[in-house]
Amino acid sequence: MRIPIGLGVAAVVLLLAGAARADTIPGDVELGAGLYDRCLACHSPARNRTGPKHCGVMDRTAGTLAGYRYSESMRESGIVWTAETLDAFLEAPRKFMPGTKMTYAGVPDPTDRVDLIAYLATLREDAEACR
Amino acid sequence: MTRSIDDTNAATGRILSRRGALTGLGGIGISAAAVALLGGRENLALAAGAEPTQEDITILNTALSAEHEAIAAYQLGAESGLLGQGAKSLALTFQGHHKEHADALAATVKKLGGTAGEAQARYDFATDGLKSEADVLRFAAGLEKGAVSAYLGAVPLFADRELARVAASILGDEAMHWAVLRSALGEAPVPVAFVS
Repeated sequence: MRIPIGLGVAAVVLLLAGAARADTIPGDVELGAGLYDRCLACHSPARNRTGPKHCGVMDRTAGTLAGYRYSESMRESGIVWTAETLDAFLEAPRKFMPGTKMTYAGVPDPTDRVDLIAYLATLREDAEACR
Repeated sequence: MTRSIDDTNAATGRILSRRGALTGLGGIGISAAAVALLGGRENLALAAGAEPTQEDITILNTALSAEHEAIAAYQLGAESGLLGQGAKSLALTFQGHHKEHADALAATVKKLGGTAGEAQARYDFATDGLKSEADVLRFAAGLEKGAVSAYLGAVPLFADRELARVAASILGDEAMHWAVLRSALGEAPVPVAFVS
């Protein structure tokens, strides 16, 4: 199958842009991986559990991951997960999005959130934890 | 290097015995707490000035979902063929606690007028890395550590403080599981002064 050159270039540019964004998110990935232990009762990188999987979460539209049953509020939020929206959500999930199934008070320390988001950004679909 | 599981079981027995002595409820601390909750919740809620809400039911159902998964995880461990008799006994004891938690949470959801979530028909665990008893214990320890964090994150959200008390009671039980599993793995049972 032949892919039009323009479309191919656009796809490559988008992929590189996504990778660059993940790589340039501030925060300590190693510390973030440790903080991710807090999430492990309900989440995992590669599997839907009580909560949805996190592989590919960055830049995903909230509530759209196939195979996971989201709350209505999450499905209808229209939010795209970026460093900024994740930061606001993780600070106090149920204040940011009333009705979410994520029944967790939140991560109050801004530095912890930055590190956690830095780790989440590494969970691209091609990451080792996601295979 | 792992400690003798029999030593760990003996330590667990002492902890559970002490818990029973503290509550005066023997091995049914959680269920009895839930029964007390269900029996007198309305009066307690009125006294506290906080009615349980739909949010409370959602929180309870999320916790119930995680408890169902923990029950399945311990079943997987018990049937893995990787556990010695001592570790298997420990796994089944902890699984029993999770069953009590699930029963108490489901009963509370129903009492509050909600629909309790059911266990999934099957769970998709990452079993590729489970090659030894230590692997299974580490897998269980990770789930218990996560459960401690999950309950810690849920306790402040309850409108009904009596529900928060019961959730905190479960949190304490999960923390003991985590500590005992760490000890069995030869790690410091209580590595930090605060959990997060």
